[in-house]
Amino acid sequence: MKLELRGITKRFGSLVANDHIDLTVEAGEIHCLLGENGAGKSTLMNVLYGLYQADEGEILLDDVVQHFSGPGDAMAAGIGMVHQHFMLIPVFTVAENVMLGNEATKGGVFLDLNAARAKVREISQRFGFDVDPDALVDELPVGVQQRVEIIKALSRDARVLVFDEPTAVLTPQETDELMQIMRQLRDAGTSIVFITHKLREVREVADRITVIRLGKVVGEASPTASNTELASLMVGRAVELTVHKNPPQLGDEALVVEGLTVVDHIGQLVVNDVSFEVRKGEILAIAGVQGNGQTELTEALVGLQPRVRGSIRLNGEELTTASVQRILDEGVGFVPEDRNEDGLVGAFTIAENLMLDRSSGAPFVKAGSIQRGTLAEFAREKVKEFDVRTQGIDEQVRQLSGGNAQKVVLARELSRELSLLVAAQPTRGVDVGSIEFIHKRIVETRDSGVPVVVVSTELDEVVALADRIMVMYRGRVVGIVPGTTPRDVLGLMMAGEQPEGAAA
Amino acid sequence: MTTVTEHHQVSPQPDALATTVVTSWKAPIAFAVFTLAALALAVFAPREGDTTYRLNASDKDAIIIANISVPAMPALWVVVVLLLLATAFSVWLVTQKRRVPLWLIVVFAIVFLFGFLTWAGAGAMLPMINLLYGSLSLAVPLIFGALTGVIGERVGVINIGIEGQLLAGAFTSAVTASVVMSSTGSVGLALLAGVIGAMVAGALVGMVLAAFAIKYFVDQVIVGVVLNVLVTGLTSFFFSQVLAPNAAVLNSPPRFPRLPIPLLSEIPIIGPVLFRQTLIVYLMYIAVIVVFIGLFKTRWGLRLRAVGEHPQAADTVGINVNRTRFWNVALAGTIAGLGGTFFTIGSGIAFNKEMTAGAGFIALAAVIFGGWDPIRATLAALLFGFASNLQNTLSVIGSPVPSEFMLMLPYLVTIIAVAGLVGKVRGPAAAGKPYIKS
Repeated sequence: MKLELRGITKRFGSLVANDHIDLTVEAGEIHCLLGENGAGKSTLMNVLYGLYQADEGEILLDDVVQHFSGPGDAMAAGIGMVHQHFMLIPVFTVAENVMLGNEATKGGVFLDLNAARAKVREISQRFGFDVDPDALVDELPVGVQQRVEIIKALSRDARVLVFDEPTAVLTPQETDELMQIMRQLRDAGTSIVFITHKLREVREVADRITVIRLGKVVGEASPTASNTELASLMVGRAVELTVHKNPPQLGDEALVVEGLTVVDHIGQLVVNDVSFEVRKGEILAIAGVQGNGQTELTEALVGLQPRVRGSIRLNGEELTTASVQRILDEGVGFVPEDRNEDGLVGAFTIAENLMLDRSSGAPFVKAGSIQRGTLAEFAREKVKEFDVRTQGIDEQVRQLSGGNAQKVVLARELSRELSLLVAAQPTRGVDVGSIEFIHKRIVETRDSGVPVVVVSTELDEVVALADRIMVMYRGRVVGIVPGTTPRDVLGLMMAGEQPEGAAA
Repeated sequence: MTTVTEHHQVSPQPDALATTVVTSWKAPIAFAVFTLAALALAVFAPREGDTTYRLNASDKDAIIIANISVPAMPALWVVVVLLLLATAFSVWLVTQKRRVPLWLIVVFAIVFLFGFLTWAGAGAMLPMINLLYGSLSLAVPLIFGALTGVIGERVGVINIGIEGQLLAGAFTSAVTASVVMSSTGSVGLALLAGVIGAMVAGALVGMVLAAFAIKYFVDQVIVGVVLNVLVTGLTSFFFSQVLAPNAAVLNSPPRFPRLPIPLLSEIPIIGPVLFRQTLIVYLMYIAVIVVFIGLFKTRWGLRLRAVGEHPQAADTVGINVNRTRFWNVALAGTIAGLGGTFFTIGSGIAFNKEMTAGAGFIALAAVIFGGWDPIRATLAALLFGFASNLQNTLSVIGSPVPSEFMLMLPYLVTIIAVAGLVGKVRGPAAAGKPYIKS
């Protein structure tokens, strides 16, 4: 089915998320929509899927103008979507999820689960998936959950299929399999819109590429274009994709973790017997697919996990069961994985956020009252130093873009005397320009002799920053390898396979 | 109270995480406390005589079961020994890094209860049928209320206003039934009008909750609390100003007659307890079954649960989240309204100020204790009903326990049940969160 978007415009208040976007996807092609976070790709697709109503413009399927008042209409017209955050009910089975909204019934009332199971099996067979219709979605690996999303779309006879950032949660191997599935679907005549900001994937699978920046189409590119060409088109200026860093000046062992185990509330060993050490002036990057214990490991390092066994020592000090305050006093800086949830108070100003971890005394608090003058001066200095694009230090942090908000977190954590920096997903949801900046600051911190632990699910980031790489899988350490380890080896390790000859 | 142990288990699935057991000393400590309480009764407050358990409703039953007599003190000592053994067993289980199974908790509770009843009823006759029959009756509004709560939370709206819905139902049914009764003189018509009026009243309260929670994103807990106060105030006002001066016309509701079901009502013990009830109770049985099947076997239930778990996912498959929430909260309101009839036309009592006396809140506890499942919430409500009626029965036979203490019992059971036993049950993920489309 041919899909055509003509002059789609979508505004949120004064913000123009999509500005007269034109896009044509021919039947049986994979059309890549490339753009940075916040460029307006997801908004455009939500308009296409009926979740948002466009302010201007029209949607055409096989040259017929469509009017979608909700996702139901879009689905009925043959549009399916595989969402970035899966739209699956975790406590339902695969069959229940696939039938939801489109239920086969007996007598119009009672669910016909057998029909749903048969449908899941039939589609699974057609594409060589191995999906049990009666498995609870919650208990499936993310890669399989994504297939359930695909089955869900296909069970509604989708002929235009939108994949919204589908590879964010996948291992490199799963990504390869997904691309294979996309080609298979294309060859069966489905039109595919593939939304991503990962250049490598685009070049591998796209038939055509449309680049979006700041809500506008800025050009088309062919899949043969180079990474640098695509990146500069996407960002609007020349960007450096590699981080320049000198060989590490290794100092003493600073952070020593031995046999660390973290147990969650239902007794699962989410971090299982993890040992590693980081030396002064070194970046240890922890790689792995989301949800393999990295979050809990970093939280244990800063004292946020309640059930911890083993030992964490920093410069000889035992910190395993220390309070968060004590750990902060030891000079541990922490960039949490979810800045909006754990890193910032959205309703507070930039200045207030900058002093969050120093509210118990000098220089910002004297005799129980906040020293506004000192704070304002400090905040203005940091906003300048970290290039936070803002109207002023009294702006609420929730008004900032992802990149600028992350710079505030980084500014706060790096403005203290540090003996360890733990940065979890430091560039998630951050624009390319800010990524460059954040990476530079992390490398500078390491060069000043501070041990750094970076957690990232993006292989590009891991490879760019790491002096050594520790790969985690299912709460365990698969191996600790040099920063120069090839990507395919890392990819296998992220799927839990021990590399040959690598010492754990 | 929880400690991490060194006990590793290799999971059968290659991909699953290894697990350990997070041990909990809750159960052994609770066991020990109750065992000591039983021991204290035996040592410090011994009571002589036999306790007789009467298992017939009347001497006219088709099948008569002989009364059972037990000597009070020896029985209590046997109970103390059994409780001690159970406590020791639970301690052993926890030291072995194992969980205390639910059956042990249930057996412990039954044995303790038997010991307590035997002690309290020494030298007297315990009418077991009355005790159980009354428990079921008292549980009726709790069960209706709990069903309302289950539907509401399953669809994503926390309903604190069950109390208000019960009260609105009680008020409306009393007034409509009284008016219809005095104008037509037909009991049947009056009762029907009372039931319908109550359901409409419950639904209206539900709609107010739904409108504020869904359309205006007001905090659901706050709206619920305000609704309770509002309904209490309105009904109290109308009671004093309108009903009290015209009680003969407006507040003299007829009563639902008992309808024994042929054959079933003659089954020993079960028959007199379950099948010699009023129509309201039979409607309750049907409601529990219909809600259970509806929630888990029908399209309605699948969509309802989807909306309460992950509204955005439901939206992306074309389900109108807010419409689903609104109408189901309203529908659930009819059930609570029906439960309200129990207080007036269900029992043949005139409406009085604040006559629901916190039943809606106990129903809420039953929702959580029952893990958001209609059947288990019903069982929880029955437990609370039993605790209430135990207090009635014991004061009738002249128990040595001060009545003030016994009045506390239902609420004590509620607190222990909800705080101690629920633990890790997970409710609907989106309950209480408004669905706001950006």
